[in-house]
Amino acid sequence: MIRKIGPIVGLGFVFVLFLSLFSGLSAYFQAPPEATAEEEFHKHPKKLHLASDGPLGHFDRQQLQRGFQVYKEVCAACHGLKLVAFRDLAALGYEEPEIKAIANQWLTEVPSVNPDTGEVASRKAVPSDRFPSPYANDTAARAANNNAYPPDLSLMTKARHNGPAYVHSLLTGYEAQQPAELLKKFPAAKTSPGLYYNPYFANLNIAMPPPITSDGQVTYADGTMATVDQMSADVSAFLTWTAEPKLENRHRWGLVVLTFLLFATILGYLSYRNIWASAKRKVAPVGPLDPANMARREEAKDERGIAG
Amino acid sequence: MSFAWATPYEPKSDLARWFDDRLPLPRLVHGAVGGGYPVPRNLNYAWNFGVLAGIFLMIQIVTGIVLAMHYYASADGAFNSVEHIMRDVNGGWMLRYAHANGASFFFIVVYIHIFRGLFYASYKAPRELIWMLGLVIYLLMMATAFMGYVLPWGQMSYWGAQVITGFFSAIPLVGEPIRVWLLGGFVPDQAALTRFFSLHYLMPFVIAGVVILHIWSLHIPGSSNPTGVDVKTEKDTLPFHPFYTAKDGWFAGFFLLLYCAILFFAPNALGHPDNYIPANGLSTPAHIVPEWYFLPFYAILKSFTVDFIMPAKLWGVIAMFGSILLLFFLSWLDRSPVRSGHYRPVFKRFFWILVIDVFVLGWAGGSTPTPAVVAISQIATAYYFAHFLIILPLIAKFERPMPLPSSITASVLHGENEESAPYGLAKTAPVAAV
Repeated sequence: MIRKIGPIVGLGFVFVLFLSLFSGLSAYFQAPPEATAEEEFHKHPKKLHLASDGPLGHFDRQQLQRGFQVYKEVCAACHGLKLVAFRDLAALGYEEPEIKAIANQWLTEVPSVNPDTGEVASRKAVPSDRFPSPYANDTAARAANNNAYPPDLSLMTKARHNGPAYVHSLLTGYEAQQPAELLKKFPAAKTSPGLYYNPYFANLNIAMPPPITSDGQVTYADGTMATVDQMSADVSAFLTWTAEPKLENRHRWGLVVLTFLLFATILGYLSYRNIWASAKRKVAPVGPLDPANMARREEAKDERGIAG
Repeated sequence: MSFAWATPYEPKSDLARWFDDRLPLPRLVHGAVGGGYPVPRNLNYAWNFGVLAGIFLMIQIVTGIVLAMHYYASADGAFNSVEHIMRDVNGGWMLRYAHANGASFFFIVVYIHIFRGLFYASYKAPRELIWMLGLVIYLLMMATAFMGYVLPWGQMSYWGAQVITGFFSAIPLVGEPIRVWLLGGFVPDQAALTRFFSLHYLMPFVIAGVVILHIWSLHIPGSSNPTGVDVKTEKDTLPFHPFYTAKDGWFAGFFLLLYCAILFFAPNALGHPDNYIPANGLSTPAHIVPEWYFLPFYAILKSFTVDFIMPAKLWGVIAMFGSILLLFFLSWLDRSPVRSGHYRPVFKRFFWILVIDVFVLGWAGGSTPTPAVVAISQIATAYYFAHFLIILPLIAKFERPMPLPSSITASVLHGENEESAPYGLAKTAPVAAV
């Protein structure tokens, strides 16, 4: 029964698939899909090396502090960081009084209620607060930005492929003029007013004006030269921390766990060899890695496959 | 259970005897995974993945229960509660990454286990029910994994739920009402999230129940083995404990090393970045893709592009479910009397083509559907169905299998004298090495 129905069902599926294949191919050859500007001009992120890369990576606290300064002075005007609290800045090496001061002087206040009248009010932030959003709500954010919503940056480096490098490339990748070749080939892809050409952005045109425009836009306290490249690398490092604040913990525990497991696995393997020593053919009078024995094992394997 | 020479349980202490007389639980354990379960002596490492699957089920249940203590199944709060676990719960990041990557490794292990079964024909008599119960476990795993992926309420969670529940709307007439009924609304929202959470918590225990049936039915005929030749005498077997507990033990350690390497050093490598963006019903992601372990089925779904009698979408949904359902009938499709692929020269070749085919489907399912990718996935899907429904029955009919060893013992002895044979196989004490 099944042997009769099975092949019929199989042939049915194969037939419909070949109909699909044929119609797809004929559509392709009758009207080949046209290339798009995104396909040809979108660029993959540039390489960016951060101290937190790799299995032993750790944060460069100086760089995180510089990145935080860039966020505070440049990005925070439009972008929120709502998953991060001021108290978390202790991980960047700030002392408690400094954190209190940062929270107290933050450029937006925390929404609250007037305790006497119950009216909507706002108060200064304290370390236990998360970073207050720069806008009262999403509608206000869109209204202030030509209907483009500035996304929250807390998880940005994990929410994009190759996140830190993407952020760095996006910040340094603005081009004042679209390539002439692009305009010649795709006249419809001309950047419209209010947008900015950036080949690292998925659809090439981004609503965010270039935020980091000139060297020295931020004055670093540690004396590092604030080049455009340096500032955007620093803010990428900072956003790597906001997205994965437990990264160093994770790496440390990873080493501990892998070391333990390696030790346990080696012991387990030795006891396995010990238990099976009597149950396996003795092919290793000298040692299992003795070339003669390895050859003998291979031969035995071949035999098993055929004659048994 | 299984063989006549299985050693019965003998209590070693008065307490054990007292307990065993009243509740023979020690006897059950002894017979299931102790010295009372004789196992073919020639199992290779492909046979380690059943135990590993059990280990990963345990990891998922334990980490999942603790995560559920901190997770908050609300359309407004789910995403932030996951981030709360990542940032503020002690060791929360480890729990969440262990659970998310645990799901991936559970599937890796189960896929190897399934392909082991396909190569050594573990679906053939007398093991048909073991195979079918295994497929039931696999289907339950897929449902559980899908609902678990929805819980963080990120972009891929939301749109994945939208696409998967959309399958039901392909059913003529009643499809759309069924979809709305299942979701509890027109689009995924609070009602869908809460019921997915409830079911995601329930299903692992259903899986554990079916796993018990799976193992119970395994212990009736006993484990299969790489030769596919039935166990004939006591010499063909070794007691599960200590031999296979030792082998499973060290291999579990080795596999957990791989798992932990990913968990601690590349925890997001198997996930999709879009799921770190909160769900937004007004913004569709550029490419909606499921988790990697569903990609081959996603490719099958998208391969049907022509309305032939039925709408293309319905063809895709039927084919996707059919691709798993047909596995229930394997024992009747493949009538070759030989079990092991080692002795089936033609079958062996097609088996490896199938493995490559499934990888191709996985690749196609994850790629942007350009005309070339779609064409490749159509050919690969056609091969998948042809392999099981047309090629396997034909091979069984025309293939000439190679001669089988007379017994498992004979396959272990490579023509040596019994005097030089391993433990339990020599008539006298072992004399010398080969």
